[in-house]
Amino acid sequence: MYDSVVLGGGPAGLAAAIEAKRDGVEDILILERDRELGGILNQCIHNGFGLHTFGEQLTGPEYAERYIDQVHELGIPYYLDTMVLDIEDHGDFKRLHAISEENGYQTIDTKTIILTMGCRERTAGAIGIPGFRPSGIFTAGTAQRYINMEGFLTGKNIVILGSGDIGLIMARRMTLEGANVKAVCELMPYSNGLTRNIVQCLDDYDIPLKLSHTITFIKGKDRIESVIIQKVDENLKPIPGTEEEIPCDTLLLSVGLIPENEISRSAGIEIDNRTSGPIVTELRETSMPGVFAAGNVVQVHDLVDFVSQEAELAGKGVAKFIKDEINQDSGIETKVDQNLSYVVPQKVSLDNADDEITFYMRVRNVEENKKINAYLDGNKIATKRARKFLPAEMVNFTIKKSKFVDGAKELEFKLED
Amino acid sequence: MKETKEFVCIACPVGCNLNVEIDGDEITVTGNNCKNGLAYGREEATNPKRIVPSTVVLEGGKLKRLPVKTNDAVPKGMIFDVMKEIDRVRVKAPVKLGDIIINDVCGTGVDVVATKSIDEIDY
Repeated sequence: MYDSVVLGGGPAGLAAAIEAKRDGVEDILILERDRELGGILNQCIHNGFGLHTFGEQLTGPEYAERYIDQVHELGIPYYLDTMVLDIEDHGDFKRLHAISEENGYQTIDTKTIILTMGCRERTAGAIGIPGFRPSGIFTAGTAQRYINMEGFLTGKNIVILGSGDIGLIMARRMTLEGANVKAVCELMPYSNGLTRNIVQCLDDYDIPLKLSHTITFIKGKDRIESVIIQKVDENLKPIPGTEEEIPCDTLLLSVGLIPENEISRSAGIEIDNRTSGPIVTELRETSMPGVFAAGNVVQVHDLVDFVSQEAELAGKGVAKFIKDEINQDSGIETKVDQNLSYVVPQKVSLDNADDEITFYMRVRNVEENKKINAYLDGNKIATKRARKFLPAEMVNFTIKKSKFVDGAKELEFKLED
Repeated sequence: MKETKEFVCIACPVGCNLNVEIDGDEITVTGNNCKNGLAYGREEATNPKRIVPSTVVLEGGKLKRLPVKTNDAVPKGMIFDVMKEIDRVRVKAPVKLGDIIINDVCGTGVDVVATKSIDEIDY
């Protein structure tokens, strides 16, 4: 019987396992589906990671290796090429069903679980672009894995749909490797990527960013030959007469990420429809006692540093759970007004929280000269100010525990003037 | 003669809007919220530089590609020259993170280093 099994050896799983071990949890096992630890960081060879955690700009593999080294130093075991199929709740313990080439089918019993499966990209099927279905259409992350890990350039003349960070990073990467990135089309009137990525990935290489544009037709029988792009109006409907045909041999999609919660759902763990991730407490415990979750499986983060921070909370949570120090009476529920799309954590128990609690949320639209106020049972207890709130940039709102009062029921976040 | 340039700072994810005023040798940066922004603004106005991350072919390793980067920023105008050099290299496993892959790439004084440790393949 393990004390804790971590599902996924990416940034969240590594940080959670390390924190749990440091907090005194003995028998921990990490299960990883891929051939090595590190998760998606392995294909993110660009720099820009770790500024908050390490105070320097690391590449993805460098950031991962710092955590992998700690996993080795702490002697935390892991299985690679191992896929978890199902979680069974037996009350006092959970049983995992897993498969791997080496061990075949096996069950693993554990007192606690940390869900760190990350997220997955929305695909061409998910957005239903009209036209033909030739080869040459990839999600940006798939093309990234091909080029950075397997050594294949997916094409020479590229169009990118969606301006998420992976799409922007790939625009630069493919340009550096000799491809011609003709345009990045974004349906919304603003980019979904970080501003600095627009500067250093598009502007540096004169790649046009076409805001309020989408692809309305794909041409090509065997291989993609061109796309028709079109301007959209304020209701995101294509405007007739604005069609433009761009010849290309590759279309990359960077149209959003979805937390990967098939296992969580089938285990009966409660999912928040707004985040598509499990409903969690301040220690990232899910609705199933003893099952914790952190990172992109809970909410899609912009920065890996915050994934690591969230995972440390889950690691602490597991340690407290094992020592029977968790107050399961969750107390306060959090909610947001119509201008904010979600808030994590969804539940807070003051007994379990540290001196301060950080809430993560996103605005639905670009907001300038506004602030976010936190109301505890109707009384304003804290304010978050920023020059500008962007949907692409997660808001971190930290509130001191001393601001809370015992017996409070609801914490609401509102975007106000 | 005074000249004003506007940049979005890329030193960190905050992305401050920088205003750089160049008056002969005197460079004034405003809009930054930290000293990294100050340094970035000055450099971007006079000699813009970027770190170049890429991969090289790896032989005999558990993986086929080794991620690398320039261990400091190189002048923007030299990025494609640096890429050409990087594309020429083949490396043999094992490799340790930080190993120098190319010394003083294109005479920039900057080294290209491995950003991942990769073991030899075990048969």
